[in-house]
Amino acid sequence: MKPRHKRLAFIVGGLVAIAIAATLVLKALEGNLAYFFSPSDIVANKAPVDHTMRLGGLVKKGTVKREGLTVRFDVTDNAETVSVSYTGILPDLFQEGQGVVAQGRMRSDGVFHAEEVLAKHDETYMPPEVAAALEKAEQANSSVAQPAL
Amino acid sequence: MIPEIGHFALITALSVALLLGILPIAGTVLRIPAWVAVARPAAYALFLFVATAFGCLVYAFVQNDFSVLYVALHSNSALPIQYRVAAVWGGHEGSLLLWILMLSGWATAVALFSRHLSPAMAARVLGVMGLICVGFLLFILFTSNPFERLFPAAVDGRDLNPLLQDFGLVIHPPMLYMGYVGFSVAFAFAIAALIGGKLDAAWARWSRPWTTVAWVFLTIGIGLGSWWAYYELGWGGWWFWDPVENASFMPWLAGTALIHSLAVTEKRGGFRSWTVLLAILAFSLSLLGTFLVRSGVLTSVHAFATDPERGLFILIFLGVVIGGALLLYAWRAPRVGLGGGFNAFSRETMLLINNVLLVVALGVVLLGTLFPLVVDAFVALNIIEPAKISVGEPYFNSMFLLPMIPLLLLMSIGPYVRWKQGNAGELIKQLRTSFIISIVLAVALPFLMGEISLMVSVGLFLAAWLMLSILQGVGSRIAQEIKRGKSAITALLGLPNGYLGMQVAHFGLAVIVAGITLVKGYEVEQDVRMEVGDTLTMSGYTFRFDGVMSTTGPNYRANRGMIQVIKDGKDLMVLEPEKRIYNVQSMPMTEAAIDYGFTRDLYISLGDPLSGGAWSVRVYYKPFIGWLWGGCGFLAIGGFLAMSDRRYRIAARKQQARMASIADGRAVVDNNIATEASS
Amino acid sequence: MIRFIAPLAVFIGIAVFLLIGLDLNPRNVPSPLIDKAAPAFQLSQLHQPEKTFSRSDMAGKVWLLNVWASWCVSCRAEHPLLIALAKQNIVPIYGLNYKDKRTDAIRWLRQLGNPYVLSAQDVEGKVGFDYGVYGVPETYLIDQNGTIRYKQIGPVTRKALDETIIPLIKKLKLES
Repeated sequence: MKPRHKRLAFIVGGLVAIAIAATLVLKALEGNLAYFFSPSDIVANKAPVDHTMRLGGLVKKGTVKREGLTVRFDVTDNAETVSVSYTGILPDLFQEGQGVVAQGRMRSDGVFHAEEVLAKHDETYMPPEVAAALEKAEQANSSVAQPAL
Repeated sequence: MIPEIGHFALITALSVALLLGILPIAGTVLRIPAWVAVARPAAYALFLFVATAFGCLVYAFVQNDFSVLYVALHSNSALPIQYRVAAVWGGHEGSLLLWILMLSGWATAVALFSRHLSPAMAARVLGVMGLICVGFLLFILFTSNPFERLFPAAVDGRDLNPLLQDFGLVIHPPMLYMGYVGFSVAFAFAIAALIGGKLDAAWARWSRPWTTVAWVFLTIGIGLGSWWAYYELGWGGWWFWDPVENASFMPWLAGTALIHSLAVTEKRGGFRSWTVLLAILAFSLSLLGTFLVRSGVLTSVHAFATDPERGLFILIFLGVVIGGALLLYAWRAPRVGLGGGFNAFSRETMLLINNVLLVVALGVVLLGTLFPLVVDAFVALNIIEPAKISVGEPYFNSMFLLPMIPLLLLMSIGPYVRWKQGNAGELIKQLRTSFIISIVLAVALPFLMGEISLMVSVGLFLAAWLMLSILQGVGSRIAQEIKRGKSAITALLGLPNGYLGMQVAHFGLAVIVAGITLVKGYEVEQDVRMEVGDTLTMSGYTFRFDGVMSTTGPNYRANRGMIQVIKDGKDLMVLEPEKRIYNVQSMPMTEAAIDYGFTRDLYISLGDPLSGGAWSVRVYYKPFIGWLWGGCGFLAIGGFLAMSDRRYRIAARKQQARMASIADGRAVVDNNIATEASS
Repeated sequence: MIRFIAPLAVFIGIAVFLLIGLDLNPRNVPSPLIDKAAPAFQLSQLHQPEKTFSRSDMAGKVWLLNVWASWCVSCRAEHPLLIALAKQNIVPIYGLNYKDKRTDAIRWLRQLGNPYVLSAQDVEGKVGFDYGVYGVPETYLIDQNGTIRYKQIGPVTRKALDETIIPLIKKLKLES
């Protein structure tokens, strides 16, 4: 082969390799995307049945029921509600009335079967229980602040 | 008063950084030696002022000065003193200050240890670092001042997030930042070379040890972070492909590629423009990580308090630094040249493939990390239907593996291949035995474990072959020396540190691969409901639940479970996982109990109380998981060995001697500037 | 030549996505309540607990409902903006004092100023729950028909006020 042909073969080979790699990566990406749905979306049948997805909302108060290791609770966006079933240990920050994201599948029985439950907590934008500390601080504030004024 | 001194020190640092960023580089262009000479003292002064500011913040934390907003938000008078110090970098503002402290620290280190650099080169390197410092100081002063006062002052603070009250987290961020920021040195060297238009083996020899040190710190930082996630989060997971983890992993991949490409530039003068690009890439990815973590464009469990204004600032900064660097690259790199040619089968080719595979892996991680952002952007532009997505772990796991398998195979072969022109026949002869032994091991071991899977065999083969080829390589070099009459120990110690470092680091990777393979293949996990007296048997161990008692810590209350571990009828130990409630934030926390071992960890975490006095308990048997972090240790030791190689010191000394022989330093400055400006 | 410019092009591409992404807040969970009727409530007033305040009192008006609490740090951050907004007389601001103690709340307002026409006490957070409050602060813009037109998650920012909230208020007032 002449050097020029060699170079051409190199480039073509490289391009083919890149194309194959890109296809593989995109295929894998597509197969592993989890879409995020709200209870309203699910009730409106916007979400596919039996496909991995994420469901987000608030844990409805008074709906958390345990039966052995299986926990059932309702997730709501204040408009619609979806029942969730999860077997295992819930994360530390899981609480009634708090935000939750569940990853799993919607089954034909109308229950969302979660494989993973995430409860998140945010620093600035925080749930009241997390910020109880400042209550104490604020109470004494007036006495400290007055001399400074 | 003290916080105001800190604030003032930061403002002073900004003006010093401006001086450092402008004068020396301008001096090299305008040929004013006095300006060029400003670089070193300015670097020292910058560090001094930033350290003063940092000291003031530490003081405010130690003294519980809750009139400082940042202290009030991240500390509490009941917080133990070591965590009060660590709380300095427990939030956005303080961790940013730590960033800047390290950046100025690196600049000072460069100023101290690069006496052999030509004054013009040193001026450019330090000047670039000064400019980066300017950006960060502007950022902290205008959007994230840690010294902001709270009026009226709080009586007590909101406390440090309990997840962060842990030894691992005390040292994890400093290590990580040392790595991130350390790449700024390699970046500055690359930019300096582009400006100067001179890029040769000497340049590579200068920037190589710096890159390696930064890489070592980043390795330790990532390892610690993963270990912390493992024992602190209570799920027994050690890598989640979370955006923030990816943000630290991407610069690591780029840095690893850079170390290898620098080897070619140093030894053979090749890959020059590619090396420069990688140096820019490694630091750019560090900055991108900062942006992703702090701007809130991606949601993550780790995300700091976010603020779009901050995000915009970092993005502009990112645009200036990375865009500017790449523009300079597009303009100047064609002059830098490509370096000498080499044969298709040579060490150079091996390292080229190494680089390609690492960059592919990097691309996979980058795509997975940014994809949700791309979808959001398309939604915002009304191109696609509204949707919120996340990229699942299986994508990362499977796609990352694809380039890793050939990479590991090449690692076994690469060090045996000669520079410029390798010899395939000789190679096969050398590696045949270890190859066969590894295959046998990879097939036999799963049989002994009682469970066969292709992935386990592949992983074991790769790890075993890599380990054997390393041992054989080091062994044969020692054998040569012994033939020459040296003792085994002097022969081992006589090996060049650069070579030894590479082999130790590669060995570390083999250990990690073995650990991941075995823990993924053979870990056992069970969530169970346990009443007092209940037992669970798993992998030869029996766990008996002896109930839960209440206990208190310095700033928390806890339920402590007692689980008796029994093996072969004998009581082995009691594991005590806790469920803690931290008083101030009333935040629940799971504290797992772990029995660490060389071949396995036993890992228990306490779930929730169930009806009838029972608790949910999570029990893991994790074989060889400790190898992951042990391997990280090897990587770090290997890196330290490599950078302590004699040749860096000898080269430095030679250079110094040459400089000293020229009597007038000023003449050298003028000379250098003249020659480099004319080139 | 192209190979030396390609990295710059790739970076510019990524930067554009980052810039667009910056404008979006990934925490903005689409609220199902937007463009729906604001849930009805009747609560006692903070300063005069014997009086009540209900959604129907506001029929025919454009108003802001700001969820706040004395324990909330971010509320301190947005407070000056609310006070400035109240002085401009563009829109009446009503407070929903969320899961708070009455004495703390009153003292907090005395110290930092009171931008609210009045605040309603939601001690147990039931009304907040109906409104889908994920955390504090949150702010709702409600129109003449009692429909929620906008929801600010987290503290109100200068940008949100100038670019979204105030223009929307002006538009709503013109419509009537």
